[in-house]
Amino acid sequence: MVTGMGVVAPNGVGVPAFLQAIQNGVSGIKFMPRYQELNFSCQVAGMPNFDWASLSNYISEVTLHGLKGTNIGYGLVAALDAWADSGMPYDTDEPRWETGCVFGNSIADTEAMKNVIIRVDNKEAKKLGSRVVEQAMNSGVTSYISGRLGLGNKVITNSAACATGTQAILMGYEYIKHGYAKRMVVGSAEHVDTYVYGAFDSMRVLSRKYNHEPEKASRPMSATAGGFIPGSGSGALILEDLDFALERGAKIYAEVLGGSSNSGGQRLGGTMTAANSTGVIRCINEAVATSGIDPQQIDLISGHLTATNADRQEIQNWANALNRTGEDFPLTNSLKSMIGHSLSAAGSIETVASILQIVHGFVHPNINLDDPNPEIINLVSVDKLPIKMIKKEVNIVAKANFGFGDVNSCLILSKFN
Amino acid sequence: MTRQEILEELKKVISPYTTNKEMLAEINDQTDLIKDLKINSANLVDIIIDAEAKYDIEIDYDVADKMMVVGTCIDVISERISQKL
Repeated sequence: MVTGMGVVAPNGVGVPAFLQAIQNGVSGIKFMPRYQELNFSCQVAGMPNFDWASLSNYISEVTLHGLKGTNIGYGLVAALDAWADSGMPYDTDEPRWETGCVFGNSIADTEAMKNVIIRVDNKEAKKLGSRVVEQAMNSGVTSYISGRLGLGNKVITNSAACATGTQAILMGYEYIKHGYAKRMVVGSAEHVDTYVYGAFDSMRVLSRKYNHEPEKASRPMSATAGGFIPGSGSGALILEDLDFALERGAKIYAEVLGGSSNSGGQRLGGTMTAANSTGVIRCINEAVATSGIDPQQIDLISGHLTATNADRQEIQNWANALNRTGEDFPLTNSLKSMIGHSLSAAGSIETVASILQIVHGFVHPNINLDDPNPEIINLVSVDKLPIKMIKKEVNIVAKANFGFGDVNSCLILSKFN
Repeated sequence: MTRQEILEELKKVISPYTTNKEMLAEINDQTDLIKDLKINSANLVDIIIDAEAKYDIEIDYDVADKMMVVGTCIDVISERISQKL
């Protein structure tokens, strides 16, 4: 059961602002002057409008002093907002033995680490102080979250590139389902710093033709999709065992019915950077099977759909996996049209968006889809890819992400009945 | 610099590392950084680094180990400053 949500997204920090943004198709993509100076081909990005000083509402000033990792700041706010949203206080004297955490990220904030490298190279390692290691380690985000909340169950940092967020939620769900924990804080965080951004830019996978029209730059499923736009942020959920949640009178937003996480093995057309379609289809089929639903029951697909030439194959894979095409294909949207691709954080932010659509009964628009890719609308009816918000009851959402390393993750989310 | 002057400056150096501001205002030679001010032991190294920068001195590892109470902190800082002159 999902009992709390928090989000730091390029088009909204906090659930109320984010909800309003996704209902109105508000883009969070902005021009980045620094990227122009650096001669990047793509010069726009999805950066949350994040007030660093607001962290003093979440952690002690001693902890905040010396905190440099942007991904940690994002993760803390999303996770602690989700915790408060689920109706629980932050402070505890005893560890919360029944509660664990699976929170993912890709890498530490390289920009913050640059100062470390410069100091060490200047033979000033002595001046680095005590706060570098805890922020450089992959488990930095989970350590800060679990420390603030006194979490005493499994505390795990996962990393599966763009599939990280959905995988973290699935892992937390499985721990509760198998009886290891009663409650899990799950999600992921990502800060695409200048250096990571530059490396993606060099791969020529980023959109480079809309630097002067940033809000139009992220164009999933369109004929003019020319690559993705890096985004940053964090999404977090509180998952709880049903009886445990009901006992404390928690409100329930939605239910995770099941899911699957697998790999295409970098075989059968799968590579480090491309998905093996057989693996993707297996992942979706397993998610549907473990959830005990019929594919026909899926009301909405929240796709991975990054705005690269992989979009067409993704739609084909969904169609094959669900055995639904044309008018029978489910409504499908890509949050990335508004916020870009937040890599590790994509899955958790998109899951928050999926649950909001279930709770508030709407399907958010695909912005920048005025010229749908003809090969995609050959497969599925164009009105299944809405360009305006649709108000309607949404009972079941399939949310998937596919990442470098040929890793896949799919969740089936449902209204709680 | 007198011991009192160093003490006042030291309060500023220590301030970011303790949430116990009331006790910080009243520290004396006997105040223990960890037990009284509840400073995380890992942060002692940050206080030493900040003190080095503030007074433009160097505090080596062996001496730093002694800096557990305010009195010895002032002793060490005072000694290093006088060596500089």
